[in-house]
Amino acid sequence: MKVLVPVKRVIDYNVKVRVKADGSGVDLANVKMSMNPFDEIAVEEAIRLKEKGLATEVIVVSIGVKQAQETLRTALAMGADRAILIVATDDVQTDIEPLAVAKLLKAVVDAEAPGLVLCGKQAIDNDMNATGQMLSALLGWSQATFASELAIEGDMAVVTREVDGGLQTIKVKMPTIVTVDLRLNEPRYASLPNIMKAKKKPLDEKTAADYGVDVSPRLTVVKTTEPAGRKAGVKVKSVDELIAKLKDEAGVI
Amino acid sequence: MHYGLTSEQEMIVSTVRSFVENEIYPLEKQIEDLGFVPHEIGAEIKRKTLDLGFYACNFPESVGGPGLSHLEFALVERELGRGSMALTHFFGRPQNILMACTGEQVERYLLPAVRGQRMDALAMTEPDAGSDIRGMKTTARRDGGDWVLNGTKHFISGAEHADFVIVFAATGEEATSAGPKKKITTFLVDRGTPGFTIRDGYKSVSHRGYKNMILEFDNCRLPDAQVLGQVDGGFAVMNEWLYATRITVATMSVGRARRVFDLMLDYAAARKQFDQPIGRFQGVGFQLADSITEIDAADHLTLASAWRLDQGLPANREIASAKLYATEMLARVTDRAIQIHGGMGLMDDLPLERFWRDARVERIWDGTSEIQRHIISRDLLRPLGA
Repeated sequence: MKVLVPVKRVIDYNVKVRVKADGSGVDLANVKMSMNPFDEIAVEEAIRLKEKGLATEVIVVSIGVKQAQETLRTALAMGADRAILIVATDDVQTDIEPLAVAKLLKAVVDAEAPGLVLCGKQAIDNDMNATGQMLSALLGWSQATFASELAIEGDMAVVTREVDGGLQTIKVKMPTIVTVDLRLNEPRYASLPNIMKAKKKPLDEKTAADYGVDVSPRLTVVKTTEPAGRKAGVKVKSVDELIAKLKDEAGVI
Repeated sequence: MHYGLTSEQEMIVSTVRSFVENEIYPLEKQIEDLGFVPHEIGAEIKRKTLDLGFYACNFPESVGGPGLSHLEFALVERELGRGSMALTHFFGRPQNILMACTGEQVERYLLPAVRGQRMDALAMTEPDAGSDIRGMKTTARRDGGDWVLNGTKHFISGAEHADFVIVFAATGEEATSAGPKKKITTFLVDRGTPGFTIRDGYKSVSHRGYKNMILEFDNCRLPDAQVLGQVDGGFAVMNEWLYATRITVATMSVGRARRVFDLMLDYAAARKQFDQPIGRFQGVGFQLADSITEIDAADHLTLASAWRLDQGLPANREIASAKLYATEMLARVTDRAIQIHGGMGLMDDLPLERFWRDARVERIWDGTSEIQRHIISRDLLRPLGA
């Protein structure tokens, strides 16, 4: 079984994000970019499936700017077998929307015929949480989102999902799309031997046009603003006063 | 002229940096307060490093290392320099001098060291022999077919964790144009050899937890098989293998300075006094400007000297310049970081006072700043006959 893992190049989670002066988005020029942390978890899970003998090949795919090649190399250094880069824009500020990404992924799935697509549940830049679900709809495949556990049993995937207020375990028929949550695993570091091997692994470069997919935006960003600053707290003199405030002002008890 | 790193080199940097941030930073305060590294903690770091294939990454493929270039190894050391030396010691970089092992020494010392099965330490310095190595008083005299070692070594880093120690001892005198000088021989001494003891050294202001140990040799008897390199060939061994270790001090200073710089930059941007971030006061902002300029300069100087080694070019002067400049830069940067943080910079709630204390030894060990200046000026003047 082949496993396909889409990975996105996003602003590094350690970077303090700055909103551009014109409010059109956040400043991505000269900031550190990394693999979306949820995608890293998906890559890790795919490699573990291969190590357990449940997967034969791990293919990573990234859609965006040419620089996403670095993100793919990182995935290859973690242990993925080969990579596909689909260049869909030359502008680092341009975010390819989930529907366009899902359409391109569908084309890749059609060509590669994986038994499983493992995605991050969302990218930490725009928090859309849509690509996996859209891909499922386009392919007509089952889906299991927010996975915190994954087991393959024959032609079924057993997925524990993190839902509000608890865990839900579902069985889905393969081939399927699983989007992964934070607690599924802890991604490994790239080992030195794998770093050295990564460059020799195949990385196919394509363009969105090769798949005949229109990636022009359908959404309009109206405004981007900084989150409101936290208001100063209040000091209370006694426990009684605290309880009174929680009861009367905050209304939480 | 090409100035970028390859994608492999970028990944080496980001892997080692993540490792140090995730595996080393959280333990640093505990180790600093304890003053030593408990065995289990060291063993765990070593195990993770072995799993990552980074253990003994300064060794060539012929003996089971990854065969990194000098430049790549300098990048690894630079990122390790961000973390506590007491802990990064277990990221395992055995002494390159072990490449001088021959015959059965390869199986007994070199290969186990590369595989992380045995740890080593290097013993050169003595109470009366620092920069003047030829002044060493530890002697090895012939007795039958054996050698008998007597003397004391101090400031020996890593000896508390070492399974064997590489020891330099005087084995006679030779006449030179500058008068009689001691001949030196290198020995491999196993922990537990009768007449060899390891005990705690001094409480240092720098790198607490990375202990300095005192080694004593009292009629310590060694067979001929324990000689590393040639008898009386200690200087040849040193010159061949210890030459590059000064790059380590330089590049680690750069790594640590960048960590310190990030803290001072964030603080200068966030801390407000007189209704504005203190970084906007030129007195503070210019300290940031000077610091990043000096850090970049030290980084380039250091990597360029490693690159010269890779190209087989003479690098003695360049390495000395890098060691001198990077360590003195680190002293200035850590001092400015404290000044920018004000009183809080001196409190051990923040790691800055530690970095400031740690920086002090960098100008002393592996050749003092004065020795580096001597090397540089000699290198310049010699061709002119002066």
